[in-house]
Amino acid sequence: MQWETVIGLEVHTQLTTQSKIFSGASTAFGAEPNRQACGVDIALPGVLPVLNKGAVERAIRFGLAIGARLNRVNVFARKNYFYPDLPKGYQISQFELPIVEGGTLTIQVGDQEKTVRITRAHLEEDAGKSLHEDFHGMTGIDLNRAGTPLLEIVSEPDMRSAKEAVAYAKALHTLVTWIGTCDGNMQEGSFRVDANVSVRPKGQQEFGTRREIKNLNSFRFLEQAIDYEVRWQIAQIEDGHKIQQATVLFDADTGETRMMRTKEDAHDYRYFPDPDLLPVKLEEDWIEQVKAAMPELPQAKQARYTGEFGLSAYDAATLTASRAMADYFEAVAAALAKADAKLAANWVMGELSAALNKAELDIAMSPIPAERLARLLGRIQDGTLSGKLARQVFDIMWTEGGEPDVIIEAKGLRQMSDNGEIERIIDEVLAANPKSVEEFRAGKEKAFNALVGQVMKATKGKANPAQVNELLRARLAG
Amino acid sequence: MSQQTIKNLADLLASGKTSSVELCQDYLARIGARNPELNAFITVDPDKTLAEARAADAARAAGSAGPLTGVPVAHKDIFCAEGWLTTCGSRMLHNFVSPYDAHVISQFKAAGMPTLGKTNMDEFAMGSSNETSHFGAVKNPWDVARVPGGSSGGSAACVAAGLAPAATGTDTGGSIRQPAALTGITGLKPTYGVVSRYGMIAFASSLDQAGPMARTAEDCALLLNVMAGFDERDSTSLERENEDYARDLAKPLNGLRIGLPKEFFGAGLTGDTAQAVQAAINEFRKLGATTVEVSLPNSGLSVAAYYVIAPAEASSNLSRFDGVRYGYRTKDYTDLTDMYEKTRAEGFGAEVKRRILIGTYVLSHGYYDAYYIQAQKLRRLIAQDFAKAYEQCDVILGPTAPTTAFKLGEKADDPVQMYLSDIYTIAVNLAGLPGISMPCGFDAQGLPIGLQLIGDYFAEARMLNVAHQYQLATDWHQRTPGGY
Repeated sequence: MQWETVIGLEVHTQLTTQSKIFSGASTAFGAEPNRQACGVDIALPGVLPVLNKGAVERAIRFGLAIGARLNRVNVFARKNYFYPDLPKGYQISQFELPIVEGGTLTIQVGDQEKTVRITRAHLEEDAGKSLHEDFHGMTGIDLNRAGTPLLEIVSEPDMRSAKEAVAYAKALHTLVTWIGTCDGNMQEGSFRVDANVSVRPKGQQEFGTRREIKNLNSFRFLEQAIDYEVRWQIAQIEDGHKIQQATVLFDADTGETRMMRTKEDAHDYRYFPDPDLLPVKLEEDWIEQVKAAMPELPQAKQARYTGEFGLSAYDAATLTASRAMADYFEAVAAALAKADAKLAANWVMGELSAALNKAELDIAMSPIPAERLARLLGRIQDGTLSGKLARQVFDIMWTEGGEPDVIIEAKGLRQMSDNGEIERIIDEVLAANPKSVEEFRAGKEKAFNALVGQVMKATKGKANPAQVNELLRARLAG
Repeated sequence: MSQQTIKNLADLLASGKTSSVELCQDYLARIGARNPELNAFITVDPDKTLAEARAADAARAAGSAGPLTGVPVAHKDIFCAEGWLTTCGSRMLHNFVSPYDAHVISQFKAAGMPTLGKTNMDEFAMGSSNETSHFGAVKNPWDVARVPGGSSGGSAACVAAGLAPAATGTDTGGSIRQPAALTGITGLKPTYGVVSRYGMIAFASSLDQAGPMARTAEDCALLLNVMAGFDERDSTSLERENEDYARDLAKPLNGLRIGLPKEFFGAGLTGDTAQAVQAAINEFRKLGATTVEVSLPNSGLSVAAYYVIAPAEASSNLSRFDGVRYGYRTKDYTDLTDMYEKTRAEGFGAEVKRRILIGTYVLSHGYYDAYYIQAQKLRRLIAQDFAKAYEQCDVILGPTAPTTAFKLGEKADDPVQMYLSDIYTIAVNLAGLPGISMPCGFDAQGLPIGLQLIGDYFAEARMLNVAHQYQLATDWHQRTPGGY
């Protein structure tokens, strides 16, 4: 039987506010346990939540970025359950009326473009952390994370493979970091993915029973977990078992998913509107302000790069993989003496990206600023450097720093372009290699290439190869 | 010095005839002598009180005294007060010393008014007799075999007995007005949102409102001036201009239109209470008011709606009391679930558990629409009834409670009878309106009878004016229980 995989993702993105969603405590990562938990976060008797407008603003930003409907009135609700790291005994979330509904995200899988529908995105507070390992026979509770603002982004079950799910998660990651609503740091848990996975016979309309894989904190784990889960589900069904709706965890060590709880022991969360918080009203003025402050989005940039700059779709997509990348590329292109976006693109995606990857650096941390790289490319444009020489200068700029012109002077890396000088070297080479000259004259083209190589060697690579070609041919013909 | 009004005490302090330290010592001595029989206080801490009194006297000497600086008040033990045991009448918080001040407490501190102590109350403000307190029942000073009402029973009893000139209370379904009625004092529940709930331990967040309990309407006006005001820490606090709630006290009542809801004067209202309320109506007519019959057709459903909404919110609000971070935790437990279950079984009393169960039930999947959503609809209808009534009148008048103070234990085993004690007060909370109770006579056993005035939103100043004019013409509020 042919099986089809159906995947929907729920992604918890931690918002980039300085303080928590309902208190003034800091959201900075890594503090001593419980040092960033105030009375509201530890749920002292009598304390009350006050909504952080910055969190709402970021949710609006996200809604605008995916073309969603922004609910002009949205409501916070209480999700009730007991757990030691949930101090109030309920999580403040949004249930019936979330702030964002609808919207889409376009993903690229191979050459295929696909649109994934987003169901909703709602604001909520994070819980604290239970530390089971650190205390013998006891559990430690760290409430620093309690009350951290999250935007949970729920997709429709539109993905049909682990690859598509990863492409969607990556596109979402790019978008939320691009618009600055989330720092995207997956190690610190700023971007956490739950995957709802089911399988069905190909062609069947109804969905199969889904299992939810919780808390995947890397794209690699997301892909591994889904692949394992799909194989497991198909095997179960083919063995005559039924899939039970369940929540499962992915074990990165074994590469397997294992059951956490079934639907039978699912909580009744007893949602109801939080009476401590008024419904959130989004004024049109505010939405307009947020819209005006939005950066140009990846898709708009890609269209501009292919249209205005004449870049390929692939290059445009690569250059918009992150906002820092696009910003860098645009700065290089803008600073070039002669407009040549293709040259800028080739160097940013080529030499620079390779060096960054090798050094495991983000482009925002590049030791070569965009304007300096543009000055190097300017020396290619004016003929001072060949591509090969430019790469040498680049390597020195990367390792030692410094301005390209200074390096060119100090290391004598200027391209040789004086005909007379090159001709003098050609004469020396011809005199020293009579055998090759003879062979060329006998019709061996290979001998010509050897002579070019000798000339280039004699110039230490500083001659323009095309010029050498031309002059050598003229000399031999003469 | 006992049975003085705030107003008088402020005058005595201003004229230098007494000091805050003297006043506080006097009240603390009375508390020491009389509290054992009344059980009105959970915590008294003379050192703290006198330190605050000395500071108030110093402020006065420095010329920086406000109008009420140095006048002491007692606070219901529902308000978090820094360094004070704050129990909410529950074993669950029997050891909880608050690390911070509620907004109400900080307002009194800013006004230079010392805290006389923390008053007894029904556990988590759930009760109408003050019998559900973990710290024992409060006795009514008019008859110590009777209840003072609840949940602000300790505040009511201490003011009635002259153990404090005034006290704070909170009112979710009548918890200021009903005990005020049963102890013969004046108590005001402001419009929802006028007084910040920050630091006031939540029972039912959409209904809870703090207010003053004192000897007179005038005192309530002065105290509300201290308590009211916008607080950004409470999202339901209303951002309005500060007002002087005493500004209209002296206005004559000519032309006042008093609405009499026919539903409040039906078969349920009998005997001495009916007569006393009728006499009060006649008194208002003499003062220049006219009366008009109005109707609140849905008010009969208010108790039912209330006992869905209030427990629903309470079941969630009380989830934080889990033994993990503060308060009571059971001694022996095998695992997390066992710890939760034993802690909450041992830490909460029967009435609190009953309401948590009701609230959990009405919010459960499959029941939410039938109970919670229906109750919210009723709530809107009840508010609309009042809005319609205020097209015809300025203030609504009726009884505060169906009976005078009942005997300790009389209704303790019959929750429904107990819940009906608040039949006239609950609709006011559901609508978010202000209400005041003041004494309007005595029954055959010499127990005080309460008269309730209900105002439109933000009509506190007008209601206090009406109540004050009535108190100028009558002396019910000046009667004190024998022996106090």
